Amino acid sequence: MKSRERLWGYALIAPMALGLAVFYVWPIAQTLYLSFTESGVFGGQTWVGLDNYTALAADEEMTGALGNTLLYAALMLAGVPLSIVVAALLNVRGLRGLGFYRTIYFLPVVTMPAAVGLTWRYLYNGDFGPINQLLAAVGIDGPYWVADPDVAIYALALVGVWSSIGYNAVLFLAGLQGIPRHYYEAAEIDGAGRLRQFFRITLPLLTPTTFFVIVITMINALQVFDLVYLIFDLKSPALPGARTIVYFFFEQGFLKNQRGYAAAIAVVLLGLILVLTAIQFRLQKRWVHYA
Amino acid sequence: MRKRLPIAGLLGLALLASGCGSSEPEKSGNVEISYALWEKNDAPAAQKIIDAFQKANPGVTVKLEITPWDQYWTKLQTAAAGGAAPDVFWMSSLNVRMYAKGGVIAAADESKTTGFTPATVAGYRYDGKLWALPFSVSLPALWYDKKLFDAAGVKYPTADWTWDDVKAAAKKLTDPAKKQWGIMTPMWDQGGFYNTMIQAGGRVLSADGKKSGFDEAGSIQGLEFWTDLMIKDKVAPQAQVYNDTEPLQLFQTGKIGMQYGGSWFAATYAANPEVKSRVDLVPLPKGPAQEGVIVASLANAVSAKTEHPKEATAFAAFFASEEGQKIFSDAGGASISAREGTQDGFYKAYPDFNLKGLFEGSMPHGVEYPVTLDTAKWQDVQNKLLVDAWTGKRPTADVAKDIAVKMNEILAKE
Repeated sequence: MKSRERLWGYALIAPMALGLAVFYVWPIAQTLYLSFTESGVFGGQTWVGLDNYTALAADEEMTGALGNTLLYAALMLAGVPLSIVVAALLNVRGLRGLGFYRTIYFLPVVTMPAAVGLTWRYLYNGDFGPINQLLAAVGIDGPYWVADPDVAIYALALVGVWSSIGYNAVLFLAGLQGIPRHYYEAAEIDGAGRLRQFFRITLPLLTPTTFFVIVITMINALQVFDLVYLIFDLKSPALPGARTIVYFFFEQGFLKNQRGYAAAIAVVLLGLILVLTAIQFRLQKRWVHYA
Repeated sequence: MRKRLPIAGLLGLALLASGCGSSEPEKSGNVEISYALWEKNDAPAAQKIIDAFQKANPGVTVKLEITPWDQYWTKLQTAAAGGAAPDVFWMSSLNVRMYAKGGVIAAADESKTTGFTPATVAGYRYDGKLWALPFSVSLPALWYDKKLFDAAGVKYPTADWTWDDVKAAAKKLTDPAKKQWGIMTPMWDQGGFYNTMIQAGGRVLSADGKKSGFDEAGSIQGLEFWTDLMIKDKVAPQAQVYNDTEPLQLFQTGKIGMQYGGSWFAATYAANPEVKSRVDLVPLPKGPAQEGVIVASLANAVSAKTEHPKEATAFAAFFASEEGQKIFSDAGGASISAREGTQDGFYKAYPDFNLKGLFEGSMPHGVEYPVTLDTAKWQDVQNKLLVDAWTGKRPTADVAKDIAVKMNEILAKE
């Protein structure tokens, strides 16, 4: 009976497990192998040991991409409190047009990245874009948002934050609504004001959600590619300031056909994500309260 | 937060996609071959040639596949790696050696290229063989906006113009108050700085293709032609502009006097009646040392792994034949037909532009587009380093010397 049950258990997770193995575990193993090889343009590999990694360590573009990616991730994390604010506002009971606001904030999440990228590229246009025209109307000479390496990553992060607010807000909203009302009632009886209630009840009880959002945001931010690809031209002068790790991977693997080298980049990124996520899980004990 | 493909999955997908080649069973008398290209403006011409070919070869169907330039080579390479390249596809001289060496394309028949100007064929020879049959030429051209010239009282450019004429006219046409510029200076090799480097007596590559020519005095002068116009003379917008708005679009706004563009821009400019009426072109102006323009031809390559080599080869040959080339020309697409004496149809398709003058004035000074085995690798270095010169961060001469050093390292490994 027991072993029968166990068999059924395995049978039921088999589709998922097989999918994982075929689409995730196997490619990871392949990538790891490729990272120790130099691949021919049209296939075929030769073993080169650690050559790709030593070359990568000395590659200025990799250092630049790493810096850009970390800065982008930091900016994305800095945008998380915004989602909490939006969620809190959307949680106000009796707010008129609540459904409308929720739709508006969620819209970027369900919009195709290609549409998002192209629209922002147009908005950011240095000469004809609406943003700079608005700025010009108040006497400010706007920069070339996506052509100036010094501004590019901020312009990119703005789009990133904008498009992630809706998704994060929904998570926070669920978190907010999971906080039992009687905590607030008790606090009120004890004479705690609104602000005090927010900092003493809402924020601590929201920490599990916050932790989840921060982890997911970071992982996604470290893998950003689509926005860079869509907003910046392949020959954009801003690329040194906007090239992210995955974009660098794309350039090496798909534009320059150095698939072994590209695989090494992917492995480094995998390691980076692994380490940063592990650190976050370590630190959570200090600040996350599971009620 | 949208779902992004996990990084490991990306590679996995590429491997997976390259693994699924088509293996349709061959049905006698009903053969389908695929034909891939990137220029949508040339697709109608290609379709007309396909129609004529199908009529002459009953039982053979040619399927047209259009992939935009930005994805074309990535897609082709992935397909080729999996042995699933299209049967016939567009090839540029920039990539032909890599595809020939990689065993992706089959050698072509030299005899089919009699009647072609040598400059159009030369780029497709490698290792003593010809690897693709040319069908079109792309010539650089000086486009100008007649309306702006009239307003500023400047005489239109002629085929006898020199660099000095360009500079003088650009100065007169520039009006910062109106955000109007004399000329555009995008960082562009084929229609831009490769030409001026040659015109100033420099070169991109040594004759044997083993050394960079970027550090030669003429080459530096050819590059400074551009950076000076932008940074010293201030008669062109700053380099960042082109990231946001393509030169092709910018020129149509009517705020730009001149543009080093291409013969193939004709299709785009003619499509807009207002633009068509106010722009025209002449051959590139002469440089301080000599006349010289980069003639880039495009060619059809046949996959080495095609299941229908006979039909695929016949199609590529038909495309380059007198009949195919006339159909191509008459359709009035983006590029000029390559076979000598078949260009009349193209001229007639664009009566507003002096394309005949361009072709006849440029071809005698044609220089083939510089390529080596792995052109993309050193061009990447060239493009990345030149940004510093174009944005005025470092002197152009210093940047050019750096390019030569790095390029020589790459060329030494080929």
